[in-house]
Amino acid sequence: MIKITKPGLLTSVQDLGRYGYQKYGVIASGVMDATAHRIANLLVGNDENEATLELTLLGPDMEFTKDTLISICGGNLSPSVDGKPVKLWRSVLVKAGSKLKFGGCKTGCRAYLAVAGGFDLPEVMDSKSTYIRAGIGGFNGKPLQADDELSLKEPSDFATQITKVLAAELDGQKFAEMQWTIASEFTSTPVSKPKVRVMKGRQYDWFTQESQMKLFTESFEVTSQSDRMGYRLKGPELQLEKEQEMLSEAVNFGTIQVPSEGNPIVLLADRQTTGGYPKIWQIATVDLPIMAQLKPGDKVQFTEVSHEVAQQLYLDREKQIHQLKQGISLKIKQESK
Amino acid sequence: MEFKLQPLGDNSVIIELGEDISRDIQQKVNKVSSFLEKQSFDWVIEYVPGFTTVAVFYDPCKIETNTLPYEQVCEELSAHLEKLDVEEGAKPRVVEIPVCYGGEFGPDLEEVAERNELTPEEVIDIHSNGEYIVYMIGFAPGFPYIGGMDERIAAPRRKNPRLKIPAGSVGIAGKQTGVYPIETPGGWQLIGKTPLKLFLPEGDTPSLLQAGDQIKFVPISEEEFQKWEESEND
Repeated sequence: MIKITKPGLLTSVQDLGRYGYQKYGVIASGVMDATAHRIANLLVGNDENEATLELTLLGPDMEFTKDTLISICGGNLSPSVDGKPVKLWRSVLVKAGSKLKFGGCKTGCRAYLAVAGGFDLPEVMDSKSTYIRAGIGGFNGKPLQADDELSLKEPSDFATQITKVLAAELDGQKFAEMQWTIASEFTSTPVSKPKVRVMKGRQYDWFTQESQMKLFTESFEVTSQSDRMGYRLKGPELQLEKEQEMLSEAVNFGTIQVPSEGNPIVLLADRQTTGGYPKIWQIATVDLPIMAQLKPGDKVQFTEVSHEVAQQLYLDREKQIHQLKQGISLKIKQESK
Repeated sequence: MEFKLQPLGDNSVIIELGEDISRDIQQKVNKVSSFLEKQSFDWVIEYVPGFTTVAVFYDPCKIETNTLPYEQVCEELSAHLEKLDVEEGAKPRVVEIPVCYGGEFGPDLEEVAERNELTPEEVIDIHSNGEYIVYMIGFAPGFPYIGGMDERIAAPRRKNPRLKIPAGSVGIAGKQTGVYPIETPGGWQLIGKTPLKLFLPEGDTPSLLQAGDQIKFVPISEEEFQKWEESEND
C-alpha cells in the first residue's frame, strides 16, 4: 500500500485515456505525456496502459508500507527517498517504511510514478483515468489528498524478476536503482523554447496568410491560464480572413484552435469532446509529450510537417517503443541469470 | 451517400457530410454513426459525431498496408460509405423529458417571458409543444445540442453567468434549448428542471440521450418531480 502524506499541487491517477465514450460527451482524460507514462510502466513490468500517478510541478509525499518496485519518468520534480535523490527513468526498488518526497521542479512539468502491479482501483467506462470535473474514475474521482491510501495489485512475473535483481543490490539501503537506464531519445532533457511539429488544421485556410506564417516565425508563451484541459498561448494574434460560422465538431489531443480574440489554445488531455473554434494547426502525436512538459512561462516554437510525415513519425515512434520493451525484457533476462 | 474525408491529425479522419445544420444532414450523420457502431474494423478506436461531421479515431499501427495508414483508412471507409443509403434511415427514438417549469427550478422563466412579451404559461406551452432533435452530444458528458426551439421564446445568455447550475436544469441560450447533465457554471436562462439523469457514468451507455433522438418536454408538477426523483435514485 502507498499512503499519501502530502498531496502535491495536482496528483491524479491516469492511464492512456477513456476511449469509446467521447460520442456521449465523456472526455478522453488520460496522461498528458503518454511516452513517459508508458516507459514508467514498462520499467516496473506493467502493461503500458496501467494507471500511473501524474504529478504536477510540486510532487506529493508518500510512504510505502511494503517493499515496492517503482519507476519515475517524465519531468524532473526532484524525487528522493529518505533524503537521498532517486534517478528518473529507472526501475527502483523501495523498502517498506521508506518515504518518497519530491522537491522543486528542475525540468519539465509532469512526472509519472508507476508501481509494479498497478493501483487496485475500479475502471469506470473502461478506464482508471480521473475525470475531475465529473468526479469519476481514478481514486474517488478526485486528485489525491493527504491520508489517501492506495492499494496495489499483484506485480507481474516480470516485475518479480526485476525486483529480484534489485533486491540483490539493496545492501541495507532504503532503495536500490537499476544500473542501466533507457536510450536518451526518450529521456532527453527538454530544451528551452523547444520545437514542436504541427500539421495544417481543418480550418487552416480560414486564416490570413500573415497569421499562417506567424506561427512559424515567432514563438509563443504558455500562459498561466493553462491546465490539463488546454494551454492558452500568448504571442502574435492570429486572425481569420473573414468571420465564418463554425459548427461544433470533434477535436483532437494537440488541436490548436483560435477563438475570435486571436490567441491560440492548445487542446490537451482533458479537452472537451467537441469544439466550435477554427483549428489552425494540429500537433503531431510524437511531439505531444514536449507540449505536456511545458509549464506556464515556457516558450515554444512551431515548425510544419506534412500529415504524411507526422503519421510516419507516429509509426516510427511506436516501433521504437516496441523495441524498447523487448530491450528491457532482454536485459532483465540476462541479469536474472 | 456523398462525403469528403480530411485528416484531423495523424490518428483520425473527419467525414464531412454537409455544411449547414439541417435534419437531412443530421440523418446522414446518424446513418454514418450507426454504420460505425456496427463495423468490425479492428483499427477503429471510436467515432465522434458533430453537427455535419463524424470523426473517426484510429490506431495507425493496426492497419496493414504498404502505403500510409491514412490512405488505407480512407479507402476502406469510402468503400462502405458509398454504399450507405440515407433514404432508409431508421425512425428516431422519441425520449420524453419531464420538466418542472418555473419556481426555484426555473428562476429565469419570468424574464424569458417578459423579454418575449409572453406569460410564463405561454413560454411553458411553447417550450413543451416543440419538436426537438438532438444534433450531437458534447460540451459536457451527456449534454445534448438540441435543435428546433421556437424562436418566440429565444433569450440571450445571462450577462453574469451562474457559478453553479444544478444538474437537470433546462435552459435557453439564444435560439437553443438544452439540459445540463452535471453541475457546471453557465450563462443559460433557466426555465425549469428535469428529475431525469442525463449523465449515467455507471450505465451501459453513459448518456441518456444520443445524437438523432427526438425529444419531447413534458410539464410536470413539483409533486410529480419529487416522485420522479425518488424513483430515479432507487
